[in-house]
Amino acid sequence: MILNYSQPLEISNLSAWLDTTLRSNLSEFWTLLIEFVLVGVLLLAAYAVIALVLIYVERKITAFFQARFGPNRVGQYGLLQSLADMIKILLKEIIHINKVDKFLFYAAPFFMVGASMMTFGAIAFGKGLQAVDFNIGVLYVTAVSSLGIIGVLLAGWSSNNKYSMIGAMRSGAQFVSYELSAGFALMTIVVLSGTMQFSEMIHKQEYCWNIFNGHISSIIAFFIYLISGHAETNRGPFDLPEAESELTAGYHTEYSGLQFGFFYLAEYLNMFIIASIATAVFLGGWMPIQIKGWEAFNQIMNYIPSYVWFFSKTGVLIFFSLWVRWSFPRLRIDQLLNLEWKYLLPINLVNLLVMVILVLTGLTLTDLFPSWF
Amino acid sequence: MENIKKLILNTVSDAVIEDKQKLTVTVEPNKLHLLAKTLRNNADLPFDFLVKLIGTDCGEKLGVTYLLSSSSDLSKEVVLKTGTADRENPLLYSVTDLYETAHFNEREVFALLGIRFINNPDMRKFFLNSDWVGYPLRKDYDANPELNPVSLVSKEMIDVAPRIMETKEGLKEELVNVFEEDDYVINIGPQHPSTHGVMHFRTALDGEIVKKIDVHSGYIHRGIEKLSESLTYPQILHFTDRLDYLSANINRHALCMCVEKAAEIEVPERAQYIRTIMDELNRIDSHLLAWACQTNDLGATTAFIYGMREREIILHIFEKTCGGRLIINQNVIGGVMFDIYDEFQKDVKSFIPYMREKLVEYDKFFSHNVIALGRMINIGNLTKEDAISYAVTGPAGRGSGWSCDIRKHQPYALYDKVDFKEIIRHENDSYARYMNRLDEIEESLKIIEQLIDNIPAGEICAKTKAIIKLPEGEYFQRVEACRGEFGVYIESRGDKTPYRIKFRSPSMALVSAMPLICKGEKISDFIGIGGSMDYVIPDIDR
Repeated sequence: MILNYSQPLEISNLSAWLDTTLRSNLSEFWTLLIEFVLVGVLLLAAYAVIALVLIYVERKITAFFQARFGPNRVGQYGLLQSLADMIKILLKEIIHINKVDKFLFYAAPFFMVGASMMTFGAIAFGKGLQAVDFNIGVLYVTAVSSLGIIGVLLAGWSSNNKYSMIGAMRSGAQFVSYELSAGFALMTIVVLSGTMQFSEMIHKQEYCWNIFNGHISSIIAFFIYLISGHAETNRGPFDLPEAESELTAGYHTEYSGLQFGFFYLAEYLNMFIIASIATAVFLGGWMPIQIKGWEAFNQIMNYIPSYVWFFSKTGVLIFFSLWVRWSFPRLRIDQLLNLEWKYLLPINLVNLLVMVILVLTGLTLTDLFPSWF
Repeated sequence: MENIKKLILNTVSDAVIEDKQKLTVTVEPNKLHLLAKTLRNNADLPFDFLVKLIGTDCGEKLGVTYLLSSSSDLSKEVVLKTGTADRENPLLYSVTDLYETAHFNEREVFALLGIRFINNPDMRKFFLNSDWVGYPLRKDYDANPELNPVSLVSKEMIDVAPRIMETKEGLKEELVNVFEEDDYVINIGPQHPSTHGVMHFRTALDGEIVKKIDVHSGYIHRGIEKLSESLTYPQILHFTDRLDYLSANINRHALCMCVEKAAEIEVPERAQYIRTIMDELNRIDSHLLAWACQTNDLGATTAFIYGMREREIILHIFEKTCGGRLIINQNVIGGVMFDIYDEFQKDVKSFIPYMREKLVEYDKFFSHNVIALGRMINIGNLTKEDAISYAVTGPAGRGSGWSCDIRKHQPYALYDKVDFKEIIRHENDSYARYMNRLDEIEESLKIIEQLIDNIPAGEICAKTKAIIKLPEGEYFQRVEACRGEFGVYIESRGDKTPYRIKFRSPSMALVSAMPLICKGEKISDFIGIGGSMDYVIPDIDR
């Protein structure tokens, strides 16, 4: 039904035009090759740009929380600050550390960046803006994003530094624990929507977002996902692996220059990825707000392009994440593990069961009020 | 105090008792431990608080002076003195078994004067490297830099401690290992974001749990006490600011009072008011920074900035008064150097309600945060007995239920004229120390409120001679600095320079208790406890 409305600002118009033009002029092979390269380059560019924007936004928002100004010297309102920082970090010397395990030490950052980049491909940025749309998308994202921990463990192990080692071990414990919760929270929604494919999941949320559809159970799953996703990204109050006040910088203490830049980049991107998955799974992804029967309203909403919807929903979640990060003190490792194993996991398991019952007995909102949602 | 004199004579019949500024008792070295033990265990008035342990080179003898006080009434004091004529291998008996705080102090005396203490469990040099040539505080010390060249190669840490123990067969010198063979030892410091300065904790870990802490200090030891011996009193004033720079004004106040009392200089009333107000502003400033740093140690960066924001206003008032922000050079012997500026009262009066409002904000933002509570309640427990034995004073000592506020027990300046509460908590944990600081800010505001409108007109500084010479004698002054009791001891031989000057450092006592209260806690709590103790390193490394 959406396709009936005119959506002049959608990028999918452009991509569809490009596809038909290429196909009419070139053979199938060349068309695909050119498109693959284009998509790859665009994704890499988006990866860097989103990270830069996030860094700027975080610094400004943090400054706002902390009664400061934030960057305001480079460019208007400091807009070019992160660009300047990026150039600086590219030019910085990579200090070679004696007595490290060279191969593992230099490989570690690539695991981090690789893992987050692979997850990045599965995100639906807007209508038709998704690089890979697996039919097991949720499973793929869960699996690939946990590869990042290998980078952290390798970094800590190979650095030959006791602080790094403690940071890496903490990180391992934390990641394994919270991965479980995040996975279960996503599974709860998979039960609700009956699919693991992101595009299908988003389409099903046209009139009723999953967070409302499964009411109690969905909301619990949403919060658990936010908490455990936040923990997975190693950001405060869960930033134990790099707790600067006790472990100086944790697992990346010995890294410098671009190597450190990779860790930094991956951290910001992970925050974005967690928020965007939460958007896709709980908040209807790029889908505009639609209400059954209000055709005029729906049409106005549809004029706003889908990627704007996606980025604003994600932005709200990222803002929450920053808010929490800059308000709370850091947890201790035993408190962190207690929170997961004593509270989140049992709640999660029960919640999954509740969701199954809700779906089987037809107590979801779409089942109860089919005319509204 | 007559009872005490009797008790002393009953215990050691040949003790020499003199009534100087304090009751001074001189005994033979082998009787000192017995006398200290008797005084400590005296049921009526136990002298269980070792305020200062001072080593002096008295010429032919090497002496040690102990200032003892009673934990229940800090105004009751006894000075014990002993000494040894053996300058080659001076040995005295340790009082570490009676007062834990003596441990570090005796090690300091060993480093600076070369006196070794029998039965001290760890007789490594404090402040100085073990291979340092000469003992700086001795009068015949050779300061030739060629004897102790700056080392350009890094030295291995040697975790072996020598000691002399008294056994039935006589004295036995032995070496003990500080750590066990397979301990996982990490160096927290000397460069570390959370040691609040150049402090070095060698920490043995069992997973995340702290097994043992070995304190290394002296990375920024400047030998202020030695330097002071060749400077006049007004010149020494500048050093006091550079001990605990966060309570710079209070430290300076202490030395000024000590000299004023000795030289019998009357301080004008107006100067007293200004001094007291400035001290309290300084205390608020310091407590705000302590609060901010503690929250930062627990990982809450935003709270840190909030503390700095309020502190800025006080620094601004300081700056307008005398140009300095951190080290304000306000006190001089006889009064204060600068009068307050015209708008001073207005600025301070507008700060008071603002600060109260912010205290409520701190309370809402951090004091009841569930994570913060989990990181502070029942963490780093320091019992009252330990606090007294380790001489932990200030907000930390009062968090252990020990009434140790010098402003109450030995009022100086205008503290006997103002009404304020001594904040005492009995929970013994990090949270008690944390809340104590916030409550003390409120008490300081009250004190300022009572004084600010009544500042009398008049002189701000008494006329003093161009060269101040103190009459022969020993002078003590104790004040309540931001981190606990700060003390000055001057031994004068009638010159314009002191013969021996000693500063009691509250932070040293705080650090000496760290190994005790951090044992068995998690490594991240070690940092949090450090924040709650709030030590300042230059105060230790005098």
